Order: sequence, then C-alpha cells, then structure tokens
Amino acid sequence: MINNMHNALVPPADTAVWGVPMAFVYILITCAGICLFAYILYRRLVPLFRAAPDQRVDRIGARIGKVLQIWLGQWRQPRYLLAGMIHIFIFAGFVLLGARSLQLILIGFWDGAALPGLGGQTGAAYNLVKDYAATWVFIACVIAAVRRGVFRPARYQAPPALGKDHLGEALLVPGLICALVVSESLFEASLQMAQARAGAAVSAPPLTLLWAGRALMGGLGLPVLQAVNSVSYFVHEVVFFFFLCFLPLGKHFHVLTSLFNVFFMRLHPGKVKPVRYGVDEDRLDDLPEFGVSKLEHFTWKHILDFYTCADCGRCSDRCPANRVKRPLSPRFFTIKARDRVYAKYPLWGKAMEARQALVGGIYGEDEIWSCTTCGACEQECPLGIEYIDKIVDLRRGLVDQGRVPQSLQKPLGALEKRGNPWGKSQRIRADWAKELADEFAVIVTSEKEPVDTLYFVGSVSSYDDRMQRIAQATARVLRHAGVEFGVLGKAESDSGHEVRRFGEESLFLALRDANTEAILNSGAARIVTADPHDYNALKNDYRGIPPVMHLSQLLSRKIVQNEFALERGEYTGKTVVYHDPCYLGRHNGLYDEPRRVIDAIPGLRRVEMVGNCRDRSFCCGGGGLALFYEPEEEQRIGVVRVGMAREAGAEVIVTACPFCLANIEDALKIAGLDQEMEVIDLMELVERHLPQGGQGRRDAKG
Amino acid sequence: MVHQVFIYVAHRDGQAADSALELLSAARILSPDGPVTAIVTGWGEGLDRVCQEMASRCPEVWKLAHQDLAYPNAEAVRKCLVEVLPSEAVLLLAHDTLGMDLGPGLSVKLNSSFVSDVVAMTAPRDGALTLVREEYGGQVSTHVSCDISGGAVLSIRSGAFPALEDGAPGEVQDRSSEIGDLACGRRFLEIVEAEAGDVDITKEEILVSAGRGIEDEDNIEIAEELAKALGGVVSCSRPIVDAKWLEKARQVGTSGKTVKPKIYLALGISGSFQHLGGLKGNPFIVAVNKNSKAPIFQVADVGVVDDLLEFVPLLTERINSQR
Amino acid sequence: MNMEILVCVKKVPDPAENEIVVSRDGSDIERDDLVYSVNEWDNYAVEEAIQLVEEHGGSVTVVSVGDEESDEIIRRELAMGADAGNLLDDEAFHYSDGRGVAAILAHAARRGSYDLILTGAQAEDAAAQVGGMLAAMLDVPYASLVVRVRVMDGKKLKIAREIDGGNLEINEIDLPCALSIQTGINEPRYVGIRGIRKTASVQVPVLGAAQLGVDPATVGEAGAKVRKLDYFVPEMGEGAEILQGSREEMADQLIARLKGRGVIQ
Repeated sequence: MINNMHNALVPPADTAVWGVPMAFVYILITCAGICLFAYILYRRLVPLFRAAPDQRVDRIGARIGKVLQIWLGQWRQPRYLLAGMIHIFIFAGFVLLGARSLQLILIGFWDGAALPGLGGQTGAAYNLVKDYAATWVFIACVIAAVRRGVFRPARYQAPPALGKDHLGEALLVPGLICALVVSESLFEASLQMAQARAGAAVSAPPLTLLWAGRALMGGLGLPVLQAVNSVSYFVHEVVFFFFLCFLPLGKHFHVLTSLFNVFFMRLHPGKVKPVRYGVDEDRLDDLPEFGVSKLEHFTWKHILDFYTCADCGRCSDRCPANRVKRPLSPRFFTIKARDRVYAKYPLWGKAMEARQALVGGIYGEDEIWSCTTCGACEQECPLGIEYIDKIVDLRRGLVDQGRVPQSLQKPLGALEKRGNPWGKSQRIRADWAKELADEFAVIVTSEKEPVDTLYFVGSVSSYDDRMQRIAQATARVLRHAGVEFGVLGKAESDSGHEVRRFGEESLFLALRDANTEAILNSGAARIVTADPHDYNALKNDYRGIPPVMHLSQLLSRKIVQNEFALERGEYTGKTVVYHDPCYLGRHNGLYDEPRRVIDAIPGLRRVEMVGNCRDRSFCCGGGGLALFYEPEEEQRIGVVRVGMAREAGAEVIVTACPFCLANIEDALKIAGLDQEMEVIDLMELVERHLPQGGQGRRDAKG
Repeated sequence: MVHQVFIYVAHRDGQAADSALELLSAARILSPDGPVTAIVTGWGEGLDRVCQEMASRCPEVWKLAHQDLAYPNAEAVRKCLVEVLPSEAVLLLAHDTLGMDLGPGLSVKLNSSFVSDVVAMTAPRDGALTLVREEYGGQVSTHVSCDISGGAVLSIRSGAFPALEDGAPGEVQDRSSEIGDLACGRRFLEIVEAEAGDVDITKEEILVSAGRGIEDEDNIEIAEELAKALGGVVSCSRPIVDAKWLEKARQVGTSGKTVKPKIYLALGISGSFQHLGGLKGNPFIVAVNKNSKAPIFQVADVGVVDDLLEFVPLLTERINSQR
Repeated sequence: MNMEILVCVKKVPDPAENEIVVSRDGSDIERDDLVYSVNEWDNYAVEEAIQLVEEHGGSVTVVSVGDEESDEIIRRELAMGADAGNLLDDEAFHYSDGRGVAAILAHAARRGSYDLILTGAQAEDAAAQVGGMLAAMLDVPYASLVVRVRVMDGKKLKIAREIDGGNLEINEIDLPCALSIQTGINEPRYVGIRGIRKTASVQVPVLGAAQLGVDPATVGEAGAKVRKLDYFVPEMGEGAEILQGSREEMADQLIARLKGRGVIQ
C-alpha cells in the first residue's frame, strides 16, 4: 500500500501539533467517537426493548435472500430510475469504501496499519476500485444535492399540514459524504505528489478524484503538501466520526439500520399480524387492551421501521389515499412516529410520559381510517418498512376504545347480526342463484349434501344487484368448465377480511369460526372464489380449511392444460386493459393468471397501464368496509384509476374483483367516461365468450 | 255516547296551524253529532285572531290566555289543560313536536288513555275506539283498540285526515280566569333558527332528489324550483355529492343520510340499492327517468319515463300556476 | 358534581334492512328471522348519559322492561360504559300498554334517587310516549326530542329541543327531570363482541313485580287500556304505475296524485 512509502511525507500517526503526538489525538477521537456512537445507539435501542414483541427469526434462509436481493442488490431502487441509480452508486461506493475507512482510522494510530487480506495483489486491485468508487460517490452526491436543492422534485415536498421539510438534512449528508471522499482523495493525492517528487513511480487511475486532486496540486511545494496531507486526514477522521454519530439522529439512520430492517422484513404478504405475538387466540380475552394506542404498543420491528425511513417519499407517491388528498401520507405517518420516538426517548435525560394519545395526537382518526390496505407503500419501500400491520393495530386500538366512525358502526353491527354489512337476511344469501334456475340448479351444500368443490361467493356478490351478475357468471363458467360445485347458501357469512383489517378482531374471529365450521361441514376438498378479498382471507387469515383458488387461477390452469377454450364474442375487436386488484396481484402474486384467461379470448386487443400495472397497480379505492367509510378527499380514488385506463387507450376495463368493479363503475360515471368506456368482471367476460353448446371443455370433469 | 271532545289548536303568528282543521275532521268521526270544543292557549293579539279563526268553523272555542303561555311550553300548557278540562274528556292534538311533548304526560295527569300518531279511526263503540297506527317506519300498520271510557288523549298524524271544510261557526269563550299558577320546572328561553342552508333532509317530509340524470351542476336549479313549489327540500344521490354539486348533507343513501319522507321524487336516479338503502318508511315515490328499465321503477309508486330536464320544469310551472 | 342517571332502554328488532312482514294470522309480525338490538334512540341516550357522567361524575344505570333476551342489550350498554343494569321482567308485565311500561319504570326509578332520567324519543312503534308518561308519574319536569344537554349547575340543565324546520327550542329545566333523547345528539361509541364479553362477570339483577312493588292489576294485560288488535299491510300497487300521455297530461296526472297525498294544497 501507498502508506508503506512513508518517507515522502510524515504520516498522520507520526505528526505532532503543539507537542502533542497526533496518534494520541486520533486514538482519542476514535474512542470518543465510538463511545458516543455506542451511547446513541444504546439510547435508540431503549424503546425497542420497551416495545411489544415480534417474531422475526423464522425462515432464516428466506431472510438472507431478502437481504441479498433488497439490501445488497438494491432491487427496488431502480423503480424510480434517476433517484434509484444515484442511490445505487452511493450505496455501492459506501460498501466498497468501508474497508478503506477502517484502514484510515487505523493509520491514525500507527503508520503502516493494514487490514488483513488486503495486501499485495488484492490490495492493489482494491485500491483501483476504491478510487473509482470514491469518484462516483462524489459525482452521485453532487447530483443528488443539486436535484434536491435546485430542482426540488415534488415527491419530497412537505405540505405544512403533513410535516416538516427535510431539505436541510438532504443537503447536509451528501455534503458530508463529499467531504469524506474529497478529504480521503486529497490525503492520498498529496502523498502521491510528494512521492512523485521523490522519484517514485506512483500513478493515479485516470478521471478519479485522486487524479483530479493530483492535477490540482501540481505546483505545490512539500510543506504545503504536508499540510494538505495532515489536515485532510484530520478532517476525514473528524467528519467520519461526526457523520457516524449524526446518522442515528435523522433519516440517515437507515444507513445503519437498513440491513437489519430488511433482514427482519415481512415475508408474508396478505397476512395480518396477530393482536399480540406470543398470545394465543384463546387467551386474547385476558389482554387488557387491544391494538396500539401508545407508542410502546408497536412492536420493536415497527419502531425499527420508524428509524429506518429515509424519507424518500416513494410510499406516499404510490399511495392512493395520498393521491386524492386524504389525510394519510405513509411517509409522514412514519416520520411523525419517528419524531415522536425521538422526542419521547431523548438522547439525554429520561424518557418522557406521553401526554397525548397517538390517535388524536400525532395521528388523526381520519388518517387512520383512510388506508385501503392496498400494500403499494410496502411494495415500493426499498427498506422493507411495513404499514398495513401498523394501521390495523392502530385501528384495533380505536375499536377497543369505541372510537369507530358512525358510518362503519352500522355495517359492523349488521355483520355481527346478519353476516353481511347491509343487514340483509341470511335466508336470501343464495337467492342470486334463482336467476339460473332455468339453466341448472346450484347446489347448496350441507353435511347431508357434501360437494367436492365449494364456491365461496362472498357478501357483495350475494347481495348487491349488480355484483350478483358476477356470481351468476361464475356459476355458469364453473359449470361449463365441468366443475361440480356447491355454495354454502345461508350458512355462509362474510369472510371478515375487511372486518379484520378495520381492527374489529373479535368480530373477525367470530365470522371466521362460523365460516370454518360451515366449510368443513360441506365436505369440500377445495374452495374457489371470484373475490380476491375472500380469497386472501381464506388463504391467509383462515386455518385448517381446504386449499383455495381464485377463479382466474383455476381457469388459467385449465387453459394451459388445454381443457378450456374460449371463442370470439361480444368483445372481439375491443381494446381491453386488465386492472390488477390489490388482493389478487400485489398481496398474492397472481398477475399472469387473469391475463392468460383474457388472452385466451380470440380477437381481443389487450393493453397495459404501463408503470401502473402488476405490482404497481393503483388501487380502485378499496373493498369491503371501505365502501361504507366516508373519507375526506378531493376526488375518488377510482377516478384516478380510470384516468390511467383511458390513457392506456382502453375501451374496456377488465377486473377480477367485485369491489374493483363497483368502484370503477362508479368512477366512470363520475368522470363522465361511461359512454366511452365500460368495466366488466373477468367472469362476466369469460361467460360471454364461452363456446355455444358447451363445446369449450374437452374433459368431462374439472 | 262520547264524552266531550276537544281539540287543541296549535298556532303561530296569529294563524292556526293546518293541523287544526284536520283535528276537527277527526273529532267529527269521534262525535258525529256532538259538539267539539277547540282549545287555544296563548297570549296577546295573536291568540285572539286564532280564536276568531277557529270560531268560524267550530261551535265552541275556549280561549285560555296567560302570560306563561305566550310560547307553548308543554309543561305549562299541561298544567293549564288539567285545570280546565272536564274529567273523561277526549282531547285530540296534532302529533307534532308540541304534541309529542305534551300528550303522554297530559294523559297521565288526566288519568286517561293515550294513543299517538293516529292515522285512521272509526266511530267509538261501547266506550272503545279502533284506531290505526303505523309501526316500523311505516312498513306495517296495526289496528289498536283504545278504551276511552275514562277519557283519552289522542295525537293525530298530520295529513291523515282532511281539513274540515264545513264546520258550523260558533263563539269564543274566554276561560282564562280558570287558569291558576302555571309556574313549572321548565322555562322557555328562546328559539335558535337553523342556519340558512343548514338543511337536515332526514327531518323533511317532501324530498326532491337529484341523481345523475340531472347531468350538470346548473341543472340542480330545476330540482330546487320543484322543491320550492312543493314545500320540500332538495336531496340527492352520491354521484352528485362526489361531483361536489351539492353538499354531503344532502345525500340519501347507505353511505349518506337515512330519510323518512312522506313524498320522495327521484329525478334521474337509477335506484341503486346503496341509494334506496337510505330511504326508509313507506314514502310515496315518484320516479322520473328517461330509462324505462331503471330499477327505481320497481320501487316507485308512480313513474314518468321522460327526460327530467324537460318534464320537471313543466311540472313546476303547472304547480305554481295553480297557486 | 355527581349525576345519578337512569336510562330506560328497549330491545327492538334490528332496523337495518329488516323486512318487517305481518305473520300469517295477522296477530303479530313475523319474528322467526328477526335479530334484536337496543333501540337506536335509547342508545343515543345511554351515550349522552355516559358523556355527562364522564364530565361531571356520578353513575349511569340502565334499566329495561323486557325478557331474558333483553339481558344482552343491557350488557351491551354496560360494555359501552354504563355502571349498572337492571332487567324488569315478570309474567305480570307482559302485554303492558305504554302506560303500563311507564308505571313499571316509575317503580324502578323510585328505588333510587336519580337526578336525571333519560329515554329515547321513540322506539320501533313510534309511540314516543313512555318518557313523558314516566315524568308525569314521577312528577318531574319533562322535555322531549332533546338534541343538546348542558349542565348549568347542580340544580338545572339548559337543553335544546328539535322542532320543525331544523330550529331549536332552548329551555331551562330543573333537576331532577326526565328527557327523551333524539338521534344525532352525539356519536355513540362502538361496542363490539369483545366489549360485551368483558361484562360477562357483571350481575344484571332481574326485578319482578314483587321487588318493585308493582300492583299487577295496574300493568300487563290486566291494566292495559290500549290493546293491539292485529297487524296488517295496507294495499299497495305492483311496481310503479307508469303515467301515460303527453308531457302535459303526465304532469297533470302527477299533480293530481300529489294532491291526493296532501302535497300541494
């Protein structure tokens, strides 16, 4: 390494200022820095120990995979290309320069300190890489600062109602990083210049900071070079430890916590955390409180999430509630909590007692009820921060205190009494099937009349006049596909999917248990449903029931196996776009199956809402209880979505969820687009393209 | 043989309420040949005018003037009536906010029977009356038998009986001196008027409801003109609120307000169940929609298949020209 | 300051989307498919009572004239925050008319010393009578259709009654008094299954005629002066009657219909 040729300049460890050996100073700086850093980390860890338990050490292999993919691989960064590339360069540079920084610290203690394994060839190769790394980090930081400071992209703005701007920190940190790489380069450049003077053959890799540094110092004499060398080293060490201790004070804490946050990140989309980890369902009644009403009710992972937010705003940028100016912004949801943790657990002094509750304090009630649980925020976050569980926990807290909006109390009461949010009689739950009486009889299963396949219809498709057509279409399609199925009829209750996500856990458990019993009594070996919310509930919230498929999966499989074919029909020649329902797509990964079904219809031209499809699909506005809630908003979420469909050039929007259908149909009317566009459910679309005379299936049985 | 039949006359600003003449019709069923006495409480010149007005249709009018009755404080009115009414009297009142305040307690103090919100009645037989009431928001009706041998207080639904046209005139008796001390545990302070524009559609009896068929914000006026002509108020379905053409307080539906009007005019409303879910009771529904297949026609009583933008202004004009 | 408040609640068929139909023999409504809950107006009254006590101290007692299923609705109100509940049930109470119910409640009220008695403005039968009768029996001042309650001092309340046109009638009323509460006075808090389970250990005593000192001859079927004879549904047409003719003709026909309904004098 370069510092072996120390006789060209006095190395930092051997310098002295006013008679004080700098090695001593550097040891002091390092110890002080590390102690301060450790203390700050300790203070930051205190709330984690006071927080609720969490279970995050399962599936270690998968977790390591996430770390490699999302943390090391920066997998989600390029979704916002410019910012993503900038960050990737900075991140890669940091990782690479880690060893160099460590080495630099050691150099301050004694000259010639080297890291094991970085001698010889490896060392030389590392040197080359690190010089370029430092350079690209510098360039990236400058671009980042200019972008944030001069161009001010909208995503980072902080509307006063929501929170404070963090521009200061956003400029300071790239500034500090630049100071680090520049000082390191000057340190080395000055040494190289001195060595070159002494006749050594040392070269700087072209177009690196080092190279530029040398060019700048071309005409300087030895004493100046010595000064530059010693000062730049000093600056580097001070800035380094300052930066290290600064990290846990703001949004750059993520530099340290991101590895852990990603390691502990949520592995199971679609599921909701239990009321309290470690407390079984049958002991829930013993809990004095449900949900989160105080900061310490959050789990330690959630608090770690608050620390890890880099304030990048990607979550809020994709959030449908935020887009229509509901009082919810995921980014500020997290930042407000982080600031609250910092305020409550200051670095010096005792932890303060909370004077205000969370909801009614940093959060508003509308803010918490505004979330549609679409999961776009969690999908987008490059740091593995979660939202849905926190919102659900806060809702549980509100429900526990009776603070439920009046508009939701009626449907909740109706769900409790009648198993559906409209309070209609259970007796008529299967009346939608009467429409089909001329064609075939829909079996209502029971212990006496078991079936192999159970079609779980769901509340909205059972009771809503418009959505009943989906149930009818589904029944026809199933029959056509040769699937012998039955329905639960009045023994079916609402799956409780939204009930749980709106925080009424006890009611959810009651619905779940009633349905589980009915399902098991039906003797079915498998369940199918056309409703992604019910699909998600049955698959992820329920236990001990037969496996469940969404109709699109079932049809897709049959199409692939050549057991199901569709014909030209009513929609031939039309341009259609498929809208990914949140609970089919993002939460359960079923993107291709519905598309395959649509593509099996000859003569349809299918387009995509580019940039807003698949896991970037934009929520329709929410299903289940979300239909009843009256949010404060500037426009309907569905209206934003149909705008996207229109831009994609579609005449027909196809969706595979009854709630998406309801919201989009309403949205088309409101936006005045219902003359030029229409929306149809996948099952209805398939129904209208079934071959006449039932020749669509090759096999007799499904 | 029925005991003395009385009606209690509600009034404001020197004019008897519409209900007064309806009560006279009802009283006639109770006592086809017998006399009916109208009781009017109040104070000042307004009271005198009302008494004169009633005397033109009613054989006997009792004027009860007392300063404490200047505003009809139900507690004070009750005290007064208990003093002047003979035992076993049958008293009819309007089922309005005063009637609801006054009737039940009065029946206890008079030790007589009480039935509220009567929509129909038959002549008494053997000391009992058969009355019709509605329950469950008007979904069902019941026949009720009321023992009136010891007297009764009955409150009558407005509009259930026609206004009496042919009452024989009579004279006003000033019975004010029979009133004793009316001090009671409740004192009237003031009326606070509803803010202009602060409409509570849930309390309205006549609603003119605009749906998507209204097509444009400027057309809402068409609904407003009709509402004014009918003495009702404009409400709407959700798309109108979403489009911000009317405030949320006007929305009828499961996610809006639940209304129980007597008359509901659905203009350009398709009749989705979210909207109809907000319509309770048994209103007389008139639907105007250019789509003859709109579901609203299943639930409406009367339907007009026409473009509301053409039909409604004409309707309004014809109503207004009849006044 | 402490207010002892008694709230009278009634178990009624759940109004949400219930299709109330007359039973085959016309003697009652079809009850097989009904679910019951607390009368909506009474629920507002309980919430109001709880809020008053939260602000001024005291306690809320809930009482209901009912049957064993009324226990559940009393528990729901306890879960909401009421402090105690009593169920008034006796064979002798069955088929009471409104006056009979009020008499039973009056006996229950006399067992305690309540500053304020609340009822809902009406129940499913829209009779709106028990509150006023109860007040008269107890000889306390009364106000119906109350939409706002403010405590002035330990001796009086300032209340607003909802009258026509959305106007408010402001009154001062002395304590002890009785009020019937109109919907919309507050936003009742939510009570879920969990809340009710938490009340499982609370006793809801059942009081009969003997404990209340009620003379059976004055209540129940024996004492009723008003009796329900039957239920029926008045004649209604099938779907809408679609008007025919020219636009002018249809307008005239419609006007005639509206006049027949009491609209347009």
